[in-house]
Amino acid sequence: MSMLGIPSHWRRRKERYRLIGSKCEACGKVFFPRREICPNCRRRGRVIDVELPGRGKVYSYTVIRVPSEGFEYYAPYIIAIVELENGVRVMSQIVDCNPEDVYIGMPVEVCFRRIFSQGDKGIISYGFKFKPLDDSWIRCYEEEAKISVSEMKV
Amino acid sequence: MEFPLYKKRDVAIVGVGTSKFGERWDKSLRELAWEAAVPAVEDAGIQGRDIQLVIFGNMSGGLFAGQEHVGALIADFLGLNPTPAIRVEAACASGGVALFQGYLAVASGLYDIVAVGGIEKMTDAPPDRATLALAGAMDSEWEAYFGATFPGLYALIAQRYMHEYKLSRETLAEVAVKNHYHGSMNPLAHFQFKTTVERVISSPLVADPLRRDDCCPISDGAACMILVPAEKARRYTDTPIYIKACTVASDKLALFEREDITTLRATIEASREAYRIAKLSPADIDVIEVHDCFTIAEIIALEDLGFVRKGDAGRLYEEGETYVGGRLPVNTDGGLKAGGHAVGATGVKQVIELVKQLRGEAEKGRQVSNAEYGLAQNVGGSGATVVVTIVGR
Repeated sequence: MSMLGIPSHWRRRKERYRLIGSKCEACGKVFFPRREICPNCRRRGRVIDVELPGRGKVYSYTVIRVPSEGFEYYAPYIIAIVELENGVRVMSQIVDCNPEDVYIGMPVEVCFRRIFSQGDKGIISYGFKFKPLDDSWIRCYEEEAKISVSEMKV
Repeated sequence: MEFPLYKKRDVAIVGVGTSKFGERWDKSLRELAWEAAVPAVEDAGIQGRDIQLVIFGNMSGGLFAGQEHVGALIADFLGLNPTPAIRVEAACASGGVALFQGYLAVASGLYDIVAVGGIEKMTDAPPDRATLALAGAMDSEWEAYFGATFPGLYALIAQRYMHEYKLSRETLAEVAVKNHYHGSMNPLAHFQFKTTVERVISSPLVADPLRRDDCCPISDGAACMILVPAEKARRYTDTPIYIKACTVASDKLALFEREDITTLRATIEASREAYRIAKLSPADIDVIEVHDCFTIAEIIALEDLGFVRKGDAGRLYEEGETYVGGRLPVNTDGGLKAGGHAVGATGVKQVIELVKQLRGEAEKGRQVSNAEYGLAQNVGGSGATVVVTIVGR
C-alpha cells in the first residue's frame, strides 16, 4: 500500500474513479492502467483515453487472510483479477460477497469505494472495487438476519 | 533477443561462499557479507586485494535494515577500499542480476577477477515493514494499492492454475515436503526439519489456496562467488565450474496485465536464450534450482523451463521424480521454502548450490551423482524479471 502524498492520488483519479484506460488508435488494443506508449506500436502508435466497461467476470481470485499494512480492517478480503467485457483485465477487491461464494467466472460489476485510509489524520484513498452482479450479496445479509432472529427466539 | 557480443570470453566460477540462512539475530548486513565473502575468497585461493570489482544484489537494504549505499558498505567492511563496488536491484532477482552483471564484466574482457554476491538482512524490520518492502516488487499503483500481497499474487496464479490444469491441493503440498526433505540435510538451510503433506495442508491459510507452509520464510543471508575468465580458471582451482549461459528477461510488472498467468513468459524467454547460448537442451540438465518463493512457483517453473509439458508438472511430484535420486532433482538445498529466502542473496545462493553439486561437494544424502550441467532460475516479483543461469563442469 502506498502511504504517499496527495499528488500521487490526485494524478490517478481518472483511472481509479472512472476506470479510464488507454486505447491505441493504430492497433486498436486497449490497456489498463493507462500507458503513454503502446507496447505493440511504440512511437508509431497513438494512445487516447477510453472508458472501460464496468462489467466483467472473475478470471482468478484469492482471499487475503494476512493483509498488508493499512488493510487490517478489511481482512479477510477478496482480491481478484477481473476480465472486463472487452477482454481487458484489472486487479480489484470483490466486495458485498462472502469469501466462500466467489468463483472463477463469477459475473461482477464495478462500484466506487474507499480503498484505505492513512490513519486518523491522513488521506482517505478511494477507487473502484467490484461486486457480484447477481443478488447473492443481498441474500448473505438476509441469512445473517435470519440467524440472529432465531437466536432471539431461543 | 540475440546475444550481442561476437567475441566474448568464457567465464568460470572459482570460489564460492554462503552464509547460514535464517533469523540471524546475531549478525547485521555488513557481517553477513563477511560471512559469505571470506569463504569465497579462501575457496578461490586469492587475496582480497586481487578483487577488481564487487557487485552485490540487494533488494531493499533501506526498508529492511535502514541502510542504502550497500555496495560501498560491503567494500568498506570487507576491507576492499578503493575497489569499485556496486549494488544492483531487481527485487527477488537482485542476486541473479548481480551475477549477470559480473558475468558481463568478465565476459567482456574489462575485468579479470570479480566478486559477485547477494545479501539481505530482513529480520531487523518489523513484519509489516518487511511486507511493505516486499510489496515494492509489485506494481505499487495498481496491485499493492488495492490490497494485494505477495502471497496473494501467487495465490491468484495458483487458483487459476488449479482451475485450468486440475492440480490437487495435496500435490501442491508435495513441493514443500520435498524441499523440506532436502533442506533437512543442508546445514546452511533456514529450516532443517522435514514436514508432511498433512502438516502443509492444515497450516493456516494466508491467501487461498496458499497456506503458511506453501510460503518461503523471511530470511537473513548472503552468498558470494568469485568469477574469472575461463582460460585462467585453472590457476585458482582444480574444479572450475563454467558459466555456460546467463540470461535475463523482463515482463509486465503487474500480474493482471499478462495474457496467461499460469506461465511466466520471462522464464520461457530467458531459458530459451540460455539453452541456445549454451548449446544445451532441458534433457542435458542434471540438477535444477528454481525460485520456489511459493509452492506453485516451482510447478510452473519446471514447465516454463521446458522440463515437462504444460500442465504435467504435478505428475513429477506424485511420482517423486524431483527428489535427489529421481529423474529431475529440483532444489537440492531445500530451495527457498526450506533453504530460506534472503531476497537479494537467493539468485547467487542458487548458483552456488549448483557449483557444490557439480563439484560433488554437497552433503551426504542430497548429492546428485555425477552431475554435469545445472540450471538455476531466479525470479523477481511475480515474474517481471527472470534470470536463468546454466553452469557446467
